Amino acid sequence: MMENLVNIFVKSVFIDNMIFAYFLGMCSYLAVSKTVKTSTGLGIAVIFVLGFTVPVDYLIENYLLKEGALSWLSPKLADVDLSFLSFIIFIAVIASMVQLVEMIIEKFSPTLYNSLGIFLPLIAVNCAILGGSLFMQERAYNNIAEATAFGLGSGVGWFLAIVGIAAIREKIRYSNIPDPLKGLGITFIITGLMGIAFMGFMGIKL
Amino acid sequence: MSAEKEPLFSSKNIKLLTEPLNDSNPITVQVLGICSALAVTVKVKPAFVMALSVMVVMAVSNVAISLLRKTVPPRIRIIVQLVVIAAMVILVDQVLKAFLYDISKQLSVFVGLIITNCIIMGRLEAFALSNKPWQSFLDGIGNAAGYGIILIIVAFFRELLGSGTVWGFQVIPKGVYDFGYENNGLMILPPMALIVVGAIIWIQRAKNKKLVESN
Repeated sequence: MMENLVNIFVKSVFIDNMIFAYFLGMCSYLAVSKTVKTSTGLGIAVIFVLGFTVPVDYLIENYLLKEGALSWLSPKLADVDLSFLSFIIFIAVIASMVQLVEMIIEKFSPTLYNSLGIFLPLIAVNCAILGGSLFMQERAYNNIAEATAFGLGSGVGWFLAIVGIAAIREKIRYSNIPDPLKGLGITFIITGLMGIAFMGFMGIKL
Repeated sequence: MSAEKEPLFSSKNIKLLTEPLNDSNPITVQVLGICSALAVTVKVKPAFVMALSVMVVMAVSNVAISLLRKTVPPRIRIIVQLVVIAAMVILVDQVLKAFLYDISKQLSVFVGLIITNCIIMGRLEAFALSNKPWQSFLDGIGNAAGYGIILIIVAFFRELLGSGTVWGFQVIPKGVYDFGYENNGLMILPPMALIVVGAIIWIQRAKNKKLVESN
């Protein structure tokens, strides 16, 4: 049981990394990765939001939306399939969770809150968050512990990726890059190279 | 519609349509909608379907928001936008599942992720909230086309070099393989999508100097 959870966690951090394997959350990844400090803050916020929304969406999916999921209410509802509503419900859960995280950060760390600025509400439309819930739905995890391990793991993977690229971008500011490649272009290429490095983890099983 | 009756395809409106193709391309210049752009570009066909879905969602939601722009209070506009987009995406997803089941399986979660595709939210915020429906429609089509072009270029190179096919047809002749040519398996893997986009940005900015960033 425990091994299984660790396996899912490690798998979602390194092998199925949100950024390097699925390109989820690229928009904020590219926009906020200029300094290590802000990207650390955003990364932590993403871990937090993913760690909460994936299990919540897991419960909603399994007790409300899936085919036959409503049978705990009354056996007559056993063949009701509401899964077409999942997009709209998931996005509503995410939007409210983000609001909550925003209030918590504002209360406990005003400096972090100010430096994250506009990007905190933007987590709501960060594809990594909705992507986490949708992958959870597609891969059909067995219980809520597995779903939580997956959510936290994906968050940690995203955190590692954004802090890594921010550290590299701080350094390459002093490098001599061809003009047309400056800024966005070189960031893409470095992300690609980091992705190739992360592919070294492929096939690891615990 | 305006009182002085602007022609439907005035030069200003045409510009809305063509500008996103190059000068303000959503992917390479505005950096919007990268998330879903890269993952679906292994083959040309899914990339094309994805581009088409985005175009439909974007044109319709742009028009809808533009029609609603005077009635929606600014405070709740993000929720309204998300609901409009999510409703459109559900429709597109159901249509794809009904008529193009194989491709819908390949696109997996990325159809759903059109909802959080920043390109749609971005254009709604930046354009549709302050412009008339027809202009918003053109803006939607134009930006989706700019997005689609990059998607198809990336998918073309990845499919050609990675599997020797285009749109599922074998284009690299059999004889070349007999001489020892091999498909480049690296092109199919995710990181190469990033590097191909990086190269596209490089080429575009080398030709179009005003897009070069200072840092």
